[in-house]
Amino acid sequence: MFELLPGNFARAVLGQSATPEIVENFNRRAGLDRPFFERFGVWLWGVVQGDFGISYSSLTASSTGDQDRTVASMILPRLENTLFLAAAVAIVAVPLSLGLGLLAALYRGSIFDRVVNAATLTSISFPEFFIGYILMLFFAVQLPWFYATSMIESTTTFWDHLERIGLPLICLVLVIVAHMMRMTRAAIINLLASPFIEMARLKGMPPSRVIWHHALPNAWAPIATVVGLNLAYLVVGVVVVEVVFAYPGIGRLMVDAVVSRDVPVVQGCAIIFAAVYVLLNLSADIIGIVTNPRLLHPR
Amino acid sequence: MLLEMRGIEIEGQSEDTWFPIIKGMDLTLRRGEVLGLIGESGAGKSTMGLAAMGFARDGCRITAGSIVFDGMDLRAMPESQRRKLRGVRIAYVAQSAAASFNPAHRLIDQCIETAMFYGVASASEARQSTVDLFRRLHLPDPENIGERYPHQVSGGQLQRVMTAMAMACSPDLIVFDEPTTALDVTTQIEVLASIKEVVRELHKAAIYITHDLAVVAQMADRIMVLRYGEVVEEAPTRQMLSDPQEAYTKSLWAVRSLRKDEDTSGDKVLSIRNVTAAYGGGVRVLHDVTVEVPRGRTVAVVGESGSGKSTLARVITGLLPPISGTVEFDGQRLPPALAQRPKSLLRKVQMIYQMPDPALNPKRRIGDMLGRAVSYHLGLSGKARDKRISELLEMIELDDSYRERLPMELSGGQKQRVCIARALAVEPDLVICDEVTSALDQIVAEEILKLLLRLQRDLGVTYLYITHDIATVKAIADEIVVMHQGKVVESGPKSEVLSPPHPAYTELLLSSVPEMDPDWLDNVLAERARGGAGAAAVEGDR
Amino acid sequence: MSDQTEPFSAGPAEEIMLAARRSRGKFATAMYELGKAPLTAKFGLLMIVLYILLAVFAPWIAPYGEAEVVSPKVYAAWSDEFVFGTDQIGRDFFSRMIYGARNSVSIAFITTVLAFVLGAAVGVLSACVGGWIDQGLGRFVDTLMAIPGLIFTLVLLTIFGTDLITLILVIGIFDATRVYRLSRAVALNIVVMDFVEAARLQGERLPWIMGREVLPNILPPLAAEFGLRFCFVFLTIAALSFLGLGIQPPLADWGSMVRESSTLIGYGDITPLLPAAAIALLTVSVNFVVDWFLHKTSGLRDV
Repeated sequence: MFELLPGNFARAVLGQSATPEIVENFNRRAGLDRPFFERFGVWLWGVVQGDFGISYSSLTASSTGDQDRTVASMILPRLENTLFLAAAVAIVAVPLSLGLGLLAALYRGSIFDRVVNAATLTSISFPEFFIGYILMLFFAVQLPWFYATSMIESTTTFWDHLERIGLPLICLVLVIVAHMMRMTRAAIINLLASPFIEMARLKGMPPSRVIWHHALPNAWAPIATVVGLNLAYLVVGVVVVEVVFAYPGIGRLMVDAVVSRDVPVVQGCAIIFAAVYVLLNLSADIIGIVTNPRLLHPR
Repeated sequence: MLLEMRGIEIEGQSEDTWFPIIKGMDLTLRRGEVLGLIGESGAGKSTMGLAAMGFARDGCRITAGSIVFDGMDLRAMPESQRRKLRGVRIAYVAQSAAASFNPAHRLIDQCIETAMFYGVASASEARQSTVDLFRRLHLPDPENIGERYPHQVSGGQLQRVMTAMAMACSPDLIVFDEPTTALDVTTQIEVLASIKEVVRELHKAAIYITHDLAVVAQMADRIMVLRYGEVVEEAPTRQMLSDPQEAYTKSLWAVRSLRKDEDTSGDKVLSIRNVTAAYGGGVRVLHDVTVEVPRGRTVAVVGESGSGKSTLARVITGLLPPISGTVEFDGQRLPPALAQRPKSLLRKVQMIYQMPDPALNPKRRIGDMLGRAVSYHLGLSGKARDKRISELLEMIELDDSYRERLPMELSGGQKQRVCIARALAVEPDLVICDEVTSALDQIVAEEILKLLLRLQRDLGVTYLYITHDIATVKAIADEIVVMHQGKVVESGPKSEVLSPPHPAYTELLLSSVPEMDPDWLDNVLAERARGGAGAAAVEGDR
Repeated sequence: MSDQTEPFSAGPAEEIMLAARRSRGKFATAMYELGKAPLTAKFGLLMIVLYILLAVFAPWIAPYGEAEVVSPKVYAAWSDEFVFGTDQIGRDFFSRMIYGARNSVSIAFITTVLAFVLGAAVGVLSACVGGWIDQGLGRFVDTLMAIPGLIFTLVLLTIFGTDLITLILVIGIFDATRVYRLSRAVALNIVVMDFVEAARLQGERLPWIMGREVLPNILPPLAAEFGLRFCFVFLTIAALSFLGLGIQPPLADWGSMVRESSTLIGYGDITPLLPAAAIALLTVSVNFVVDWFLHKTSGLRDV
């Protein structure tokens, strides 16, 4: 596909003032002088071996290979930061939204349900950067409770790290909880309409037992789907939030690479995002299959 | 008096308004008595049955009346009190056992759940008594069947397990809500027999809800007829059957009296020869089926679910090309697949479906639907088209204003009439009727059958009538084809097929159809116990 | 067959309901329903109308031109002259907000329409035809959907560059896969109905079956999905613009405006929140209306 725009990449990366020699040198070192499929094959083989290639940004400086920055070395620390944030969000958001969703489903039509419904509908309608900047304005600028930006260095300790991601964490939790809670509520309501739930009630079972003993064993598949879907969304949605709070994660790295059209870095980030996304969805499917009683106990 | 319900009023919510479902109803029940609740859809039978447990479905509410069970007013007590009665002293058996068992738990655990939860019995006692109930209900392998999960057990067996579950705490009252409606007749008789036996022997009181008169005649000591949320009539079973008082009850009773004189003359309009068919190259659903249909007559194809009778219709219409065998129409061999058939041939074979609702496009007006068929196949337009639509509406006894209506503005019976008009609009030779009355209430069904018979007399159209209901067959057939597991068991003129001697399956099928005689079930069981025909087949099913 | 399926069709009551369904015309019904609508839905509709008016009449409402540099002072404070001050190169922020209604909304709208025309047409076709065509399309779409949308878009924008047409095409085509999924699923529910089989047995051709039998019956869920898709597309484009990869200058666009003025937040200035709030208000409004519409048409769907 890069064939479509040959000189463009060199120009975009090196700037319009670059001499033809520099452009040629860049193209040769980036492998852009070779056919597309060969390049793609070489890259893919590299990825399988853990080699994501070399960033274009390091090709501009010198013509030798001394100071090459590999994509892997750029991505790894960033990936660590992103996973730290995502994991923190997941730990807070998953129990919170499952609990809220369950409550809203149980007390469907109540004031609580309606308030939560309106609140979550509003929250999913807001762009992440809107929530992010509101939080920053109120809780970092006007009330200095949190760090406005989340600078992380290699010397930052675990607790310090946690403290610095306060605002991005809250922002992502707000977004994710809204989505996940609505989906949980729908899944539970769907389940509670089953005849076997009515039967359990007619057998004299109290609501708590109906939920824990009758509904929940059948709810793992839909809940796993909801959680998987939202965690996958979280990993992707993190991009905007990282930019808002200047958090050094893989999302911001990717955006910067897109702006400078540093293709190897973009590719590397994309493949990692895609892998996490596919992995999460796949695990949701597997949990759904594994917990289905019909498949657990075949005829 | 075990149960006394007075002045019960129940409302149901539709969109934002509340509609009355039960409009001031009384119901009383003595210990050991079985009360039959009978009525058509929307009569409020199930709602009333659940109200006997002090329960209202989501979207329903009990607004007035008292429910006194064994001296306790269920409406006056808090929900937690009522809950302790449910399952322990008042139990419920639902229509669809397959949907009402929790797929995640073993049957035995579900059966003993209430007993364990309220400490009625210890685990081993509860298990033992449940296994006894399984045995009483003639379930196969009573010791171990409880270890299975719901989807591992057949429908008829599951219904019996549900009965056992209801009786696990030895309740005083059991509410049976159409427990056999979803079953085939040959399975139904077994379940009916088991329920009747166990209720009688353990001397339980029961409310038995059904829309089937013959079924209720077997099960109940006393019958209450409901309509539009009110009691029409109430009397002991024998008196109710022999001497109904109200006009509505009499009309219900009269439904099964429709008869048609047999006439099997006429040249063959349709010949199905040695057809074998399968879905998706898998299991064969039709084996070497041969059926001949005389012009202007009605051939009834009778069979239970899985007999292949609907597949036969798909082969005739070309939706399912057969693996081997031929379908001849008017002496001409029909191309096997729908796509290969010319428009002129498509016109000649029409179809009417079981459910009128999914058979009519909800977004198209009646006149538009009929008009499309008329102009597409007969090439009529303008005034001629309008005139034909009017004729068709007249034919189905609807006035001309109906052409502007949408399907949702029609009642169920009217919708089925429109389906008939659409089929007849293009002047077909053969109409395939696929269970066209089984989704309708009995009185409406009767009217539809009368209409079909009149149209046959007037227009000379041929029917291939697919059904599982023997009463309908008696009403309209000239010839009968009995199908079982994809094979034709017996075929011939109605009088021959319905009179002995029968092949074993026909015997079993015919003897399993409930009759209005309250002694019917006992007599059949006695007969079968003596080793009459079909007994072997029934045992095999167990 | 029993009370379970139709609990409320209680004879005379059913007659009353049938009569009620007949008595009102379409417009009257719509007005009646609107009168009963919850406050949130009414508010949402009002806002949507307001946005449309702003977008259409932007040149008449805005005090200054879209790309007109009106002040030598960058990031000027709010004043009588410049209601919301000026931006990073001295353009009037308020005027650009109004033009933003035009650009941001219409670009998202065009993209959604593209996604819909493509997705719904192929989805309904797929459901009606079935067989290997349906299978093949299904696998293809599954593959596309296994990739996270925003990331996929970022990669394509790197390769093809960030111009407007590319943006619309990439997001439109990617979103069409979701529309395909939904329209195929709802169309499948209709295709299995007997009236579609009846039409086939009459010898009706594919265009008739798709257009007259299936499509009219799936319009309500498709309409609701259009609203939700629009929100999604609108937010995606806003996010891309915010990252500097979406709508490019000099077009006034809310997402880009937030990014360009974001440094002001650090000084406690709420100006950058204004375009963000404009985005949020529209999506909230659309969501409120869709929520009500879904509740009306299905009575069951909760999400």
